[in-house]
Amino acid sequence: MSKTANMNLIMSDAASRRQRISILLGQSFLFLITSLSTFAVFFIFYFILKDAIPFFKLEGFREFFTSTHWYPSGSPAEFGALPIFIGTGLVTLGAVVVAVPLGISAAVCLSDLLPFKVRQIVKPLIEVLAAIPSVAYGFFALVVFAPLLQNHGGVILSTGIWLVLGPILALLVIVIGDLITEKLREKIPNPKTAGAIIFPVLGILALIFLYRISTNLLGIEISSGTNALNVSIILGIMALPTVVSVSEDALQAAGRELREGSYALGATRAETIIKTIIPASVSGILAAVILGVMRAIGETMVVWMASGNASRIPEPWYNVLQPIRTLTATIAGDMGEADHVTGSSRFHVLFAMAFCLLAFSFIMNLVSEIIVKRSRRKLGK
Amino acid sequence: MKKKILAMTAAAAVAASAGASDKIVIDGSTTVGPIAKAFAEYYMAANPDVNITVSESGSGNGAKAMMNANCEIAIMSRPMKQTEFKAAAEKGIQPVAHVVALDGLPLLVHPSNPVQDLTVEQVRKIYLGEISNWKEVGGPDKAIVTISRDTNSGTYETFAKLIMNKEKIGGKCEYVGSNGAIRQRVQSTPAAIGYAGLGFVDKTVKALKINGIYPSTETVQTGEYPVARPLFMYTDGYPRLGSPLYQFVTIHLTEDGQEMVEEIGFVPVTAY
Repeated sequence: MSKTANMNLIMSDAASRRQRISILLGQSFLFLITSLSTFAVFFIFYFILKDAIPFFKLEGFREFFTSTHWYPSGSPAEFGALPIFIGTGLVTLGAVVVAVPLGISAAVCLSDLLPFKVRQIVKPLIEVLAAIPSVAYGFFALVVFAPLLQNHGGVILSTGIWLVLGPILALLVIVIGDLITEKLREKIPNPKTAGAIIFPVLGILALIFLYRISTNLLGIEISSGTNALNVSIILGIMALPTVVSVSEDALQAAGRELREGSYALGATRAETIIKTIIPASVSGILAAVILGVMRAIGETMVVWMASGNASRIPEPWYNVLQPIRTLTATIAGDMGEADHVTGSSRFHVLFAMAFCLLAFSFIMNLVSEIIVKRSRRKLGK
Repeated sequence: MKKKILAMTAAAAVAASAGASDKIVIDGSTTVGPIAKAFAEYYMAANPDVNITVSESGSGNGAKAMMNANCEIAIMSRPMKQTEFKAAAEKGIQPVAHVVALDGLPLLVHPSNPVQDLTVEQVRKIYLGEISNWKEVGGPDKAIVTISRDTNSGTYETFAKLIMNKEKIGGKCEYVGSNGAIRQRVQSTPAAIGYAGLGFVDKTVKALKINGIYPSTETVQTGEYPVARPLFMYTDGYPRLGSPLYQFVTIHLTEDGQEMVEEIGFVPVTAY
C-alpha cells in the first residue's frame, strides 16, 4: 500500500517536472519573440536616424523647419519643409474633426442605446471599413469625391456643416439651458415656465446661427477638389473604425455596476450616459482618438492621390479648401528620384521627414499608453 | 535509382535556367509604359515561352531598378543623368540607350476652356504663378489651377528643361503621380492646366497650340512643335544579337512596331 502511494508520488513528480519544463520552454520562446519585435523597433529607429542625421549635418535645422521653399530638385536645392508640416497638421486636424464626434457618438449608440443583437451585426460592419485598401479610398477621393467637391462644393459644405455642427449645438443648448435654469431655480418661484421659455429661445438662436453659416457656405466655389478638405473627410472615414471600436470597448469596460447604480439613483438614460459612463471611460476614449490620429497621420496613398501635393501654406493657414502636401506623400513621391548612391541631401531629407513622423507617433503612443494606464488605476482594474 | 534522380535534377536545372533567361522585367516611365506594354503583348503573342512584365513607377525608379539589376529594361522619358550613369557603372552595369519613339508634350486644358493658343513664355509664367487667372490669357475670369507631374518623373524633367528653363514652379502648383492622373484632373477641373505625353491626348481633354503649333504626330515629326523629346529604353550593355532582349528592343524598328507606336499616339523614330 505504501509502495503504490510512493509510486504515485514519483509519477506525479515526474509529470509536474515535465509540465514545468514545457512551461519554461514556452515562456522563453515567447520572450524570444517579444524581444525580437522590440529589437525590430530599435532597428527601425536606428536605420532611419542613420540616414536622417546626414541631412541635418549637410543642411542644418533652420531651413528645414522654418523656410517655405520646397524645391528638392532645383539647383541649388531648397529644403523648406514648413508648408509640409503645416499641411500634415491641417489634414490630421481635419480628420479628427470628422472622425471624433462621429466615432464617439457611434460608439455610445453601439454600447448603450442599440439592442445587443444590432450591435453584434453593426460593429463588425464598421470594422470592415478598416479592411478597405487605402488605394481604393484614394481612387474614390480622386475620381469621385474631388469632382463632386468642385461642382457642388457649396451644397456639400452647407449640408455638411449641419451634420457636424448640428449635434454639437444641440448638446450646447441642453447644457447651457440646464445651467441657466439651475441658476434661476433659487430666484424665480416658477422655474418650469422659465425652462419652457429658455430652451426654445436658445434652440432658435442656434438654428439661426447654423442657417447663417450654411447660407454663407452655399456661395463658396471650390476651384480644385483635391484639397485638404477632401483628404480630411476620407481620412476621417478611414480612422472611424479605430475610434468606434476602441472607444466602444472603453464604454463597455465602464461596467454594469456603474450603469445600474446610476439608474438606481433615478438618473435617466441620457444622464447616465453623459454624466456617468462617458466620464468613467474618458481615458479609453482619448486613447481611441489618439489611435485614430495616428492612422490619419501615417496614411500615405490617399493623401498622395488626393491632396494636390502643393507645397505651400494655405492662405489663411486654416483654409482647408486649398491643396496641401503632407510628409508621407512627399516621402512616397520623391523616393524614386532621390538617389542614395551619391548621398545627396535630397535622399536624406526624406529620412529626416520619416524620423519626424516616427518621433511624433512614438510620443503619441507613449501618451496614449500613459492615459490608458491611468484609467485602469482609476477604475481599479 | 540514383542516376534517375540526377537526371531529373539536371532537367529541372535546365528548365529553370531557360525560364530565367526568357523572363524580361521592364520598369520605369509611365509615359513609355503603353509602348512597352504593347510591345510586350505583341512579342509574347509570337513567343509564348517568353514572360515579360511591365511596371510603371517613373523614370527615376526605372533607372534605379536598372542600376540595382532589378530589371532588364529601364524605360525612361528622359535621358539618364550623369549621376545615374556613374552609379550604374560603379555597380558594373552599363546602360545603353535605345530611342524607341518621339513624344511631344501637349499642354492640356478642360474642353470647355475657350483658350486655344498659348506661347511658351505664357505657359512658363502660368507655372511660375505670375499669370494666375485665365482672363489674362484671353479666357474666362477663373483662377488657374496648375497641375504638374511629380518631381520623380521624366516628364517633369522635360517640362522643367523645355518650358520652365530651370526656373522654379510656383508653390500653388499641384503635383500628381502619373500621366493618367494629369488627364483625370484636367478632365474633372474646368480651370485646370496640365501636361502629359502625346499618347494621353483624347477627346476628354483639349490640347493647346503652343506658339501657334498644334501638338500632333506631324508637327513633332517635323520638329515644329517646340516641346518635344525622345523616349528611351535602356538595357545593360547592348543585348546579344538574336536574344529575346535584342528582339524586344528592336521591335520599334519593324513596321509592326512603328504602327503600334503611332497607334498609341507617339511618333515613330524612323519617320523623324
